[in-house]
Amino acid sequence: MSLFGTGALGRVVRSGVGRRRVQTVVIAVATMMAVASAVVAGSLMVAAAAPFDNAFKKQQGSHITAQFDPARASAAQLAKTGKLSGVAASAGPYPSTSVRPVDRAGFQLPALTLVGRSAPDGAVDRVELKSGRWARKPGEIVLAASFEGPAIGIGATLKASDAEGAPALSIVGFAVSASKTADSWATPAQVDALVSEGHPVASQMLYRFDSASTKQQIIADRKKLAASVGSGALLGTQSWLDTKRAADQGAAATVPFVMAFGALGIVMSVIIVSSVISGAVGTSLRRIGILKAIGFTPREVVRAYMAQALIPAGAGIALGVVLGNLLAVPLLSDTESVYGGVPLSVAWWVDVTVPAAALAVVGVAALIPALRAGRLRTVEAIAVGRAPRTGRGQWAHRAMGLLPLPRPVTYGLATPFTHPVRTLAMLLAVAFGTVAATFAVGLTSSLTAIGTSQDPESRAAVTVTTTKLNNVAPPPPPPVGGSVASPSPVSGSVASTSEPKIADPAKVRAAVTSQAGTGSYYGKTQTEVAVTGISGSVQASLYEGDSRSGSYEMISGHWITGTRQVVVPTRFLEKTSTKIGDTVRVTYEKETANLQIVGESFDTSSSELEIHADMANFASAEPSAFLVEVKSGVSADEYAQKVAAVIQPLGGDATTNTPSGQEGVILIMSAMAVLLTLMLVSVAGLGVLNSVVLDTRERIHDLGVCKAIGMSPRQTMSLVLASVTAIGVIGGLIGVPAGYALHRLVMPVMGRAVGTSLPSPVLDVYEPVQLLLLGLGGVVIAVLGALIPAGWAARARTATALRTE
Amino acid sequence: MHQVIELEGVAKRYDSAGAPALGPLTLSVAKGEALAVTGPSGSGKSTLLGLVAGLDKPTDGAVIVAGRRIDQLSEHALAKFRREHIGMAFQFFNLLDDLTVTDNIQLPAQLTGTSRRKAEARAYELMETLGIQKHARAYPGRLSGGERQRVAVARALVNRPALLLADEPTGALDTASGHDVRNLLMDLHRAGQTIVLVTHDLALAEACASRTIHLVDGHLALDTYAQAVR
Repeated sequence: MSLFGTGALGRVVRSGVGRRRVQTVVIAVATMMAVASAVVAGSLMVAAAAPFDNAFKKQQGSHITAQFDPARASAAQLAKTGKLSGVAASAGPYPSTSVRPVDRAGFQLPALTLVGRSAPDGAVDRVELKSGRWARKPGEIVLAASFEGPAIGIGATLKASDAEGAPALSIVGFAVSASKTADSWATPAQVDALVSEGHPVASQMLYRFDSASTKQQIIADRKKLAASVGSGALLGTQSWLDTKRAADQGAAATVPFVMAFGALGIVMSVIIVSSVISGAVGTSLRRIGILKAIGFTPREVVRAYMAQALIPAGAGIALGVVLGNLLAVPLLSDTESVYGGVPLSVAWWVDVTVPAAALAVVGVAALIPALRAGRLRTVEAIAVGRAPRTGRGQWAHRAMGLLPLPRPVTYGLATPFTHPVRTLAMLLAVAFGTVAATFAVGLTSSLTAIGTSQDPESRAAVTVTTTKLNNVAPPPPPPVGGSVASPSPVSGSVASTSEPKIADPAKVRAAVTSQAGTGSYYGKTQTEVAVTGISGSVQASLYEGDSRSGSYEMISGHWITGTRQVVVPTRFLEKTSTKIGDTVRVTYEKETANLQIVGESFDTSSSELEIHADMANFASAEPSAFLVEVKSGVSADEYAQKVAAVIQPLGGDATTNTPSGQEGVILIMSAMAVLLTLMLVSVAGLGVLNSVVLDTRERIHDLGVCKAIGMSPRQTMSLVLASVTAIGVIGGLIGVPAGYALHRLVMPVMGRAVGTSLPSPVLDVYEPVQLLLLGLGGVVIAVLGALIPAGWAARARTATALRTE
Repeated sequence: MHQVIELEGVAKRYDSAGAPALGPLTLSVAKGEALAVTGPSGSGKSTLLGLVAGLDKPTDGAVIVAGRRIDQLSEHALAKFRREHIGMAFQFFNLLDDLTVTDNIQLPAQLTGTSRRKAEARAYELMETLGIQKHARAYPGRLSGGERQRVAVARALVNRPALLLADEPTGALDTASGHDVRNLLMDLHRAGQTIVLVTHDLALAEACASRTIHLVDGHLALDTYAQAVR
């Protein structure tokens, strides 16, 4: 038996749900979309908030990953370190070494930490296999999932090094270690075999501590480990706090974005569901009167109308949870591939909280009008639709009637004033939809601008290098949650362990200069310098010639225009407490120069503090590459081939540049923005649809009268569409500035999360025409939402409409 | 004599298996004639009115109004035809509560594209004729039944239609208001307006109509014109 019984009440509920099919479907669909949006937004908020923490917890991540010298600490000694006070769990020792494998195409991968583990699980660092299987025998290797790509897949074979006779390693799986304890894994026997061939070896131990949440605690834990073994036995340690910081830096960028969309989705869901439900009950007053007249008690009426809202809403909620999960999982999967970690499935409590909250909203939204219906005097309820309406909106009809527009249009324009609350809900739905669309357009434009600004070298048509390009390693795996530099012969390190032949930069320059078709070019090298006040080395790009075409976007100041100048990223300014105009002392090899900071570059490409200066500051610096712009009409490919033919015998090479693809995080955020926007706009459209359905139902008799006195279907349609057009215009006028403001609010927060300010091209992404079109988007949402009921009204038979009460 | 309405073998079935709700019926109404259609509930009076107004389409036969066969027109063409050639007054007035009396009356004129000024002038002319000019700025909800029906008639006449259809125009009125409306219809008839009046009220039919037909189960049971001819 149903909640509402099989008796008269159940029959009333069933007939109410069945008879008002459009409304039932709208309630179900609007609720479904709202819940799906909320599930997607909620799950992304949860995932974006703590992907590393989730993964680390699930994998029993290693607080300290320690490398010991096996010659100074035996396996038994190391096993004992797991019993030290404060150690909650330990794993190892695992043999560990460093390898630089070479793939079939001859590309050498970056140096990888290879750890010998017979299984991925253990008390600490339960490495998760993403695909394939674990290595079972020598000759097999499992790589970190970030290496997976078209050229490196399961079944592919790598050579352990570029040395003659280096053993082949077949890739059997890809895995993720949240703690980043290794880049690759093989059987212990395989690692031992590599060690015997001269690779360095270490014993890796993984520890979890009772107290390891602060840097001080980690330092104390490390001291305990060092003290437990002989002097010099502990070669190095890696703290989980450093790994977490790197991971969170990338994740943090997505949090403000997802929060903004999540908040939009939730607010819209509440508005739409409330207006749908209260409208549904509100339009049934006459039926309520009849029910009371034939003996239903007020309580039964309340229950009946609560049920009529809750049944389709319940179905919509259930479908919404399913849809939300289906939509969220691929997004989370993408997110996971970027963050690295455990599968980021929709958090169970999101699947419980969202439908529960939606049900509560639906319940409250239905209860208020249902209680009103229950209290309504029978005679008043029956009179609804028969007695003439008075009051609301008449002034608007009078005023609109004066406009020099066709009468059906002016009649339609006045309609919203008849139901101010319903109109307000519709207006909010359109405004929120426009906010979402405006924000999403701005966000994707900003992300595109960030993407293109991150690889200034790719703007050059041809790159001419002083080394052979096949000696250059493919891109390193993306850092956790962060961005990655696109492959670039200039920024890539020369990978061959054998001494590669390097062409004389002067000869390469001469080849470029003398080559017909050379438009302009500049030289560049990437190197390490010392900067007074910063411990350790700092990455520096040194330029020869006019490098403006390869400049980074500037947050403030300007690009280098000569010697004695340096451009630095935001992080550099923060770390050194300097500002534009200050002078820093930079040492390259044995030369020192005092350089004035002239610009703040927009650079999120690495966590390093990369500075940019003129090569002429350091007499000994020489370019390792030349970035060439060819003359108009010259084929870059042909140009590169000709230059390569000249300089390859010297040891150099030339290749064309292709614009770098967008980074994973940017693509994911763009995809999320598009998906969430589509969902929010759909929900907004459904909100309008529902309101117009209610309006049209209520006014069907009036429309019948209009048709009877000669209003054509087209005029009827224009009347209904005009009734939402003003709402669309106002919604657009509210939504576009709000979306613009949201973009201006969220983007800098996202920038700060990754340690940079944002330059004007990233922030000022809206064109006036674009804003105008987005404003019209409000009208589009409103008109599309009203199109179905408008068509229905236009097609409604006049005789039937006239009989409708 | 010029015929405003010509029905040729018109039948209307709502249920393909059942008996027709109306007809087959052949009938013509001349210009200036006032035809009263009487009959019990379910006799097909409203169906007949709906077919003549182009609100519904016959299952069989042809409906010709003002010289145009309207049963083959599209919805758009029908709407256009209706606003130019037919005025309708309903039992429950069917005025738009949101609009003032003037706006209600001038609405059909505005639908034809007549300028607001011209439509307003015509509305005032009709309000004066029908004695409701003092309610020009009022809303229908504030008027008595009789006044509302006058407004409805004024609206029906605003485009100077060839045909005025009145569906139980006194059915929702008290006696005094009913009397008012009866006089109004008589005046219109005397002025040469072609009228089709559907009513239960035989006294109204007798007073206002030059001819009466009586329908029973969708069939013509009485036609006073035919009787007179015989």
